[in-house]
Amino acid sequence: MSSHTENITHSGHEIGHGDVSAEGTHGHGGHDDHHDDNVAHGTMSDYVKGFVLSIILTAIPFWLVMGDVFDNTNTTALVIMGFAVVQIVVHMVYFLHMNFKSEGGWNMLALIFTIVIVVITLAGSIWVMYHLNANMMPAMMHDMKNMP
Amino acid sequence: MSNTTALTHPGDVDAPDNLRFYVPEKHHPQNGTLLGFWLYLMSDCLIFAALFAVYGVIGRNYAAGPSGADLFDLKLVAINTAFLLFSSITYGFAMLEMNKNRVNTTLLWLGITGLFGLAFLGLEMYEFYHLIHEGATPQRSGFLSAFFILVGTHGLHVTFGVIWLVTLMVQVKQRGLIGENKRRLMCLSMFWHFLDVVWIGVFTFVYLMGVLA
Repeated sequence: MSSHTENITHSGHEIGHGDVSAEGTHGHGGHDDHHDDNVAHGTMSDYVKGFVLSIILTAIPFWLVMGDVFDNTNTTALVIMGFAVVQIVVHMVYFLHMNFKSEGGWNMLALIFTIVIVVITLAGSIWVMYHLNANMMPAMMHDMKNMP
Repeated sequence: MSNTTALTHPGDVDAPDNLRFYVPEKHHPQNGTLLGFWLYLMSDCLIFAALFAVYGVIGRNYAAGPSGADLFDLKLVAINTAFLLFSSITYGFAMLEMNKNRVNTTLLWLGITGLFGLAFLGLEMYEFYHLIHEGATPQRSGFLSAFFILVGTHGLHVTFGVIWLVTLMVQVKQRGLIGENKRRLMCLSMFWHFLDVVWIGVFTFVYLMGVLA
């Protein structure tokens, strides 16, 4: 607290310096204006790119499954999961306008944190329950091999 | 307390103004509402993660009942996915028109988005009705319980999204594209695109992989 006070009084002496005060008022003015310029990010080309990419990334997995393209269902499962991950990234970038700069990086930080929790929840649950099932019901081993 | 004394100290009369120097931009998000809404979406994401985990764990427990391969009609799911994708791009167009401050075209694109949302919901309700009519109710097996809770929660989100959309259309119609309405539309934009992201997980993890098994 006391160091904060020192800073304030210190800056009081430096108010005469032109560029410092100019920077300060500019920053403050910019902050006030944000209530007026609620401008959404993204351009037409962003949305169109994202849309075309997601159409392609949706159509291929449906084609792979409906057309029985691969003989091995595990291969198909892995490939369509890969497409899903890519499509989620496409939606994040082109529709939700995620980047490292928005909201001073806090958006990305929250997203990374959430992804970590989601991965732990999903991988942990499936991993643990797979072993529980496998140990308790040997007859179901075959079914469990096809777990998503 | 010591702060106040320092600020009112004679000779430092203009000190309160200088407080603003010590609000660095990088620690001060430009629009708190959007960041807060993003945090809500992330918590919503955790709800869906839990439901996906439930489906991942008991999604193959058929209890000698029907499996995904018996029940799912992928053509229906493909049409539903297309509806949601189209609604995403039309919402994008609405946001672009909003940036240009055109009330009528914004409302038009929002209306089209809402219709796609309703079409999605209609098809999903038809699918649920069809399943329940065939005896594939949520009580039938662990797989069906997990399926209905996961897909149903997503559908419920879309339902509330459509209600929110209609509310905002009325507000934009009455008040125009004022700052508050733009902020609300941007929140709904994030919500709507987020639901599309969740749907990618649903159609891949539940429908496509359900048919594969």
